[in-house]
Amino acid sequence: MALDRGRYERRRIRSKITVGLCWAAAALGLAILGIILATLLYKGFAGLGINVFTEMTPPPGSDGGLLNAIAGSLIMTAIGVLIGTPIGILAGTYMAEYGRYSKVSSFIRFINDILLSAPSIVTGLFIYELMVRPMGHFSTLAGSAALAALVIPTVVRTTENMLLLVPNTLREASSALGLPQSLVIRKVAYKAARAGMITGVLLAIARISGETAPLLFTSLNNQFWSTNLNAPIASLPVVIFQYALSPYEDWQRLAWTGALLITAAVLTLSILARWLGSSRSPQ
Amino acid sequence: MSFLTNLEIQRSASPAKRRSVLRTLQKSDVFFRYLTQSSAYFVLVLLTAIFGSLIAGGYLAFSTFGVSFLTTEVWNPVTEQFGALAPIYGTIVTSAIAMLIAVPISIGIAVFLTELCPMALRRPIGVAIELLAGVPSIIYGIWGLFFFAPFLQHYVQPALIAAFEHVPILNNFFAGPPYGIGILTSALILAMMVLPFITAVCRDVFETVPPVLKEAAYGMGWTTREVVKNVVIPYTRVGIIGGVMLGLGRALGETMAVTFVIGNAHRISASILAPGTTISATIANEFTEAVGDLYTSSLIALGLILFFITFVVLALARLMLMRIEKKAGA
Repeated sequence: MALDRGRYERRRIRSKITVGLCWAAAALGLAILGIILATLLYKGFAGLGINVFTEMTPPPGSDGGLLNAIAGSLIMTAIGVLIGTPIGILAGTYMAEYGRYSKVSSFIRFINDILLSAPSIVTGLFIYELMVRPMGHFSTLAGSAALAALVIPTVVRTTENMLLLVPNTLREASSALGLPQSLVIRKVAYKAARAGMITGVLLAIARISGETAPLLFTSLNNQFWSTNLNAPIASLPVVIFQYALSPYEDWQRLAWTGALLITAAVLTLSILARWLGSSRSPQ
Repeated sequence: MSFLTNLEIQRSASPAKRRSVLRTLQKSDVFFRYLTQSSAYFVLVLLTAIFGSLIAGGYLAFSTFGVSFLTTEVWNPVTEQFGALAPIYGTIVTSAIAMLIAVPISIGIAVFLTELCPMALRRPIGVAIELLAGVPSIIYGIWGLFFFAPFLQHYVQPALIAAFEHVPILNNFFAGPPYGIGILTSALILAMMVLPFITAVCRDVFETVPPVLKEAAYGMGWTTREVVKNVVIPYTRVGIIGGVMLGLGRALGETMAVTFVIGNAHRISASILAPGTTISATIANEFTEAVGDLYTSSLIALGLILFFITFVVLALARLMLMRIEKKAGA
C-alpha cells in the first residue's frame, strides 16, 4: 500500500509539472504577442503625426510622411482584391456546388491548400517572369497581380467551406420551385453564405496588406506620388523594408510608424473578420 | 432576373414566349457553370504557370552550372559563379531549429486550450494566439532587427557562448562574437511565426478525440498527463505531424522576417550564432540589384528549389491532415 501511495504521488507530481508547462507555453505565446504589440506602439507612436498622412516619403534628413506609400498600398490592395475575389468565389462555387463529390474538386482543393501556404516570394518571381520581364519595367499592375495571386487561394477556401455549410434543404426547396441551378446558387446559396464569404475576403485583404516579398520585384518602389498603373509605385511594406534597413534615424522612425499603421490595419481586419465569421453558420 | 422568373414563365400566355424565357435561363445556367468551372481550373493553371515560369527563368543557371549549382558554396556575382548550397543549408537549418522550439510549445498551448483552460478564457486566448499569425512578416522583421536581436546580443548570446565554451563539440555551435543577428535569431523568430499555425492545427485535431475515450481514461484514475500522453496524442498523431509539416512549410518559405535578421552572408558556419542566409532572404536582398542574365537566372533557380521543397513538404502535410479529417468524419 505504501509503495502504491508513493507511485501515485509521483504520477500526480509529474502530471502537475506537465500541466504547469502547458500553462507556461500559453503564457509565452501571449507574452510574445504582447511584447511585439508594445514595442510597435512605443516605437511607432513616436513618429505618428498628421504629416505622416499628408506628406510624401522624404529623402534622408528632411521631414516627410508616408502618403504615397499608403496610397500605393491601398491602390494595389484594391486592384488585387478586385481581380482575385471573383475568380476565388467562382472557383469555390464550382467545388462546393457543381463538383462537390468529384475527384477533380478534391484535387483542386489539395492544390489550392498548398498555394495557400506557399512562399509569397515565389509568387513575386512568377509575376516578374510573367509581367515585369516582358513589359520591361516594374509596375503597379504587376504588384496588384502578385497580390491577386495570393487572394485567390484564401477566397477559394472560405467560399467553398461556407457554401458547404448551407443546408441542402434550402437548395432543394428552391429547386422544387423551379429555379434553375445557377439561380439557386446565386440567389439562395450565396445569400445564406454571405457573411462567411465576406469574412474570407476580409482575411484575404488582411493577408495581402502586409505582404512585402512579392512587391519587391513587381511594383518596386517610388519616392514620389504616383497613380500610374504602368509605373513603379510605393507601398507601405516596401518602404518599411527600405527605411528600416537604412542607416538614417528619421527613416527608421518612419518605418516604425508604417509598421504600426500596417499592424493596426491588419489586426483590425482580422478581428472584424472573426467577429463576422462567428455568426457564420448560415441559417 | 429575379425570384419572380418562375412566376413570369407560368403567367406568360404564349408557349413561344415561355420557351424563349426558358431558353435564356438554360443559356445563363450553362454559362454560369462554365464560368465557375474555368475559375476552378484556373487554380491548377496558376500552379502550373508558377512552376513553368520558374523553370523557364532558372533554366540558364541550371544549364550553365548543372548539378554543381546545388553542391557548391561559392556565390560570387563578380566572377558569375553561383552555387546554392549556402542558402539551402541556411533555409534547412533555420527551419529545423525553429521547429525544435516551436513544436513543443505549440503542442503545450494546444493541450492548454483543449484540456486545461477555463471555458471562459478559451476563446480570447485562442483568438490572441491566432492574431500572432496575422501579424505581417515584415513586422516580425523590424521587431527582430531593432528589439529582439539587440536583446539576444546583450543578454542571451554572451551567456550561451560562456556556458558552452569548454564543452567539446557544442562549443563549435555557439562560437564567435555575439552579433545579435544570425542563424539562431532567425530561427527563434521563425519559431514565433509558425507557432500559431501549429497550435491551430493541433487544437483542431485534439478536438477530434472522442470525449468518451478521455472520460474512460480519467475514470480509470489516470492523470491529465497520462491522458494526454496515452490517449490524445496517439489518437491524433497523424494530424500533429501534418500540423508540424504545415509549420515547416511556412518556415522554409518565410522571407521578410529572416531577411532582416539573418545577416545575409553566403557561407556555411558551424556556429548557429554566425550570420548566414536562406533561399528567400537571398532572393529578397539581391534580386533588384542583380545585373546580368546569369545572376537573375540563378536567383530564380533558387526560387524554383524553394518552391519545390515547400511544395513537397506542404503536400505531405495536407495528405496527413486529410487522413485525420476522414477519421473525424467517420
